[in-house]
Amino acid sequence: MKLAYWMYAGPAHIGTLRVASSFKNVHAIMHAPLGDDYFNVMRSMLERERDFTPVTASIVDRHVLARGSQEKVVENITQKDQQQKPDLIVLTPTCTSSILQEDLQNFVNRASLESNSDVILADVNHYRVNELQAADRTLEQIIRFSVEKARKNNVLNTEKTIKPSANILGIFTLGFHNQHDCRELKRLLNDLGISINEIVPEGGSIKNLKNLTKAWFNLVPYREVGLMAANYLQNEYSMPYVGITPMGIVDTANCIREISTIIKNQNPDIEFNTEKYIDQQTRFVSQAAWFSRSIDCQNLTGKKAVVFGDATHAASMTRILAREMGINVSCAGTYCKHDADWFREQVQGFCDQVLITDDHTQVADMISRIEPSAIFGTQMERHIGKRLDIPCGVISAPVHIQNFPLGYRPFLGYEGTNQIADLVYNSFTLGMEDHLLEIFGGHDTKEAITKSLSTESGCSWSPDGLAELKKIPGFVRGKVKRNTEKFARERNITEITVEIMYAAKEVIGA
Amino acid sequence: MTNNLSTDNLTFECETGNYHTFCPISCVAWLYQKIEDSFFLVIGTKTCGYFLQNALGVMIFAEPRYAMAELEEGDISAQLNDYKELKRLCLEIKQDRNPSVIVWIGTCTTEIIKMDLEGMAPRLETEIGIPIVVARANGLDYAFTQGEDTVLAAMVHRCPTETLTENTKKHPSLVLFGSLPNTVANQLNMELKRHNIEVSGWLPSHRYLDLPHLGENVYVCGINPFLSRTATTLMRRKKCKLICAPFPIGPDGTRAWIEKISSVFGIIPQGLEEREQAIWESLEDYLQLVRGKSVFFMGDNLLEISLARFLISCGMIVYEIGIPYMDKRFQAAELALLETTCKKMNVPLPRIVEKPDNYHQIQRIRELQPDLAITGMAHANPLEARGINTKWSVEFTFAQIHGFTNARDILELITRPLRRNQALGTLGWSQLIKTDN
Repeated sequence: MKLAYWMYAGPAHIGTLRVASSFKNVHAIMHAPLGDDYFNVMRSMLERERDFTPVTASIVDRHVLARGSQEKVVENITQKDQQQKPDLIVLTPTCTSSILQEDLQNFVNRASLESNSDVILADVNHYRVNELQAADRTLEQIIRFSVEKARKNNVLNTEKTIKPSANILGIFTLGFHNQHDCRELKRLLNDLGISINEIVPEGGSIKNLKNLTKAWFNLVPYREVGLMAANYLQNEYSMPYVGITPMGIVDTANCIREISTIIKNQNPDIEFNTEKYIDQQTRFVSQAAWFSRSIDCQNLTGKKAVVFGDATHAASMTRILAREMGINVSCAGTYCKHDADWFREQVQGFCDQVLITDDHTQVADMISRIEPSAIFGTQMERHIGKRLDIPCGVISAPVHIQNFPLGYRPFLGYEGTNQIADLVYNSFTLGMEDHLLEIFGGHDTKEAITKSLSTESGCSWSPDGLAELKKIPGFVRGKVKRNTEKFARERNITEITVEIMYAAKEVIGA
Repeated sequence: MTNNLSTDNLTFECETGNYHTFCPISCVAWLYQKIEDSFFLVIGTKTCGYFLQNALGVMIFAEPRYAMAELEEGDISAQLNDYKELKRLCLEIKQDRNPSVIVWIGTCTTEIIKMDLEGMAPRLETEIGIPIVVARANGLDYAFTQGEDTVLAAMVHRCPTETLTENTKKHPSLVLFGSLPNTVANQLNMELKRHNIEVSGWLPSHRYLDLPHLGENVYVCGINPFLSRTATTLMRRKKCKLICAPFPIGPDGTRAWIEKISSVFGIIPQGLEEREQAIWESLEDYLQLVRGKSVFFMGDNLLEISLARFLISCGMIVYEIGIPYMDKRFQAAELALLETTCKKMNVPLPRIVEKPDNYHQIQRIRELQPDLAITGMAHANPLEARGINTKWSVEFTFAQIHGFTNARDILELITRPLRRNQALGTLGWSQLIKTDN
């Protein structure tokens, strides 16, 4: 047992549901007790999703505990099949169902005989993998299932497209700025003359997975999700993949170079002026290269920063800060413990120390020890920063509704470099302001002369009234106080008691 | 008087139980704040933790007095000793927070692996010197607010027994049960005081150490419709006398509640009718917005019957009352009041659907096109995108809705989508989906 208040990565089934519900016309059925369908709330609230989340629960209750699920799961699957006619139904085990040790695979086999849709059981162990690992595995599982089915039916399309083309693997629901990143990647590939074959799983259709093998290569923008699928396609269908995250100027260029190598390997005749494109974009389209040379950025030189997040974003961010902006990254860390070796290798030479942990108190202790000028982390680090009065830019999941902006905010590609530069610059106290604060010791040295609006009310507060007033949250207390005093004045009441307060609320809504 | 009416005319249905609601462990969110010297330890898995962390949002960052005892593979396969593990964690909690009580919340997992929390608690309690209360608030048996019911039912056993020396009062002791913010509890106390009824205690009180005295001569009355287990425990274990009244939600409910309590103590309330009338008059601006509008309750927090009854009083038409669980005995007075209210307002009786099926409900909402659907957050945005006004049901559990004083707050919530849409009404984009599926 472990005493825990907060966690960075969610339980395994969340990863499975994120992947399944990102596909079009795929329905997930959780084998779970009442209340475990909290995923639907997150998707509907955080992503402001307009459609009903295609996830239902086959409820595990007392009866199931006593007698087993029996027909229940099969019935729920076949019913969903009739109601919504999905292409694929993914039966998703949860922590509860994995202890029950029912033979879910058997249910799946029976249900797939009776339903028109395909049915699979998500193969994830709740006690061994987290949300991200489960998502990676489920994506691979669905792709493998669909591709193999297509091959069996002789409809698998292995003939490559005439023009170079790519699949993007790993864009999915509730991902950190994934929608914006996807748009940016499409633009980048389009600029390079590469067409998009399939984007999986977000908005993808199961029926189209048979076309995956038409692409010349796969692009896996995030380390956490998509690599397993890319490896499967590489091993079985010799499809190469690019695993360099195009985040920051240097890595975007590296990613493009890798893409061009892969394409030239497949067809040496293709005209591909990579270096000219990179140079053009770096110097004139992206503002980040110029920004790092401008005098603004000089003030950031040597300032201390701490980076923490998932492996992809934390590693990329560390390199951007150190290599592209001259900022001193005192500590870089990730909660992806399963990928610790890769992370260490990526940030080697770009930071003073590495922290691998999923315990937020360790991160908080480290930050308060280092006292950086800015933090780049998750929502948790933002709150740690608030407590310590250190600014924080959010660069990675776990996310919050604020991390689903309506405006265009990619982290990848050349537009991404601009966004990151803004984020970094705005997180540090602005240069000139910083100097002035140092010289004069504060923003406003004159003591403000304030006038309380309710001083001349002529009524006093009884101790119980005052105590009650103190219970009212700070941000409305002033309003309640003023309204109550007004109410009292109008009725010539001199002492405000609790009763008067309640009466005021009833009459004027104070 | 309302008790004599039968409930035969109300129709009760039961569907599949495939509906969305919060897990009952969410009760720690408000109970740890209510009981100031408590610590809530939820013994469960990452799934429970993830739910709490996301459902409680910002509160998690305020160093809450609750935590997860996260079960790992070794706990499930009994390689680790439950008792030793829990002792280690509870000692850690004692050292860091020193609470007056630790509440263990049992979850689905502890049920399935049959962890004997009730057996371990007394032993550990004597060993570490802090009371340990066990509540099995799991999703196998309960929905959302019923979590509070299990915790309060467990706390009944910890209430001291009433001493007979207190019998000098005008009427027998009255203890109210149900967790309310202190402000609202005060308001209800004062409401009863106007009629010379003294509330001698609340379950829960704002400190564990101040739990009310209970016994044979104590009358108890519930303030929330989901407290049926607590009521049963009070009657059976502490021999308390239960006053079965409608719940003090809305001015009509509050009046009926006070009337019922008064009648039990042989008191004739003075000026109650005028007070109710005055409240209704003060609500007139909101009433104009809701009159004649229709409502559909999808059902997830057990407040549905009381809210529906109040909204019918306000002049609304209720198509369906979905509810997770319907205790017809505990809610008898409330159901009777619902029926008389319908007759009084001359509207058809709504259908009451226990353990609803959300999929079917959405089909019915599509057919009926209600003016307002009261629903969980999982369905709110999708329904809005299809042009159906929604109000998140969860807000009713966290807002102050009890007593005369707070009737306005209920209508404030109910009318919010209606007012918002008045503001946006003429813009012409209420349907915001591409193809309906």
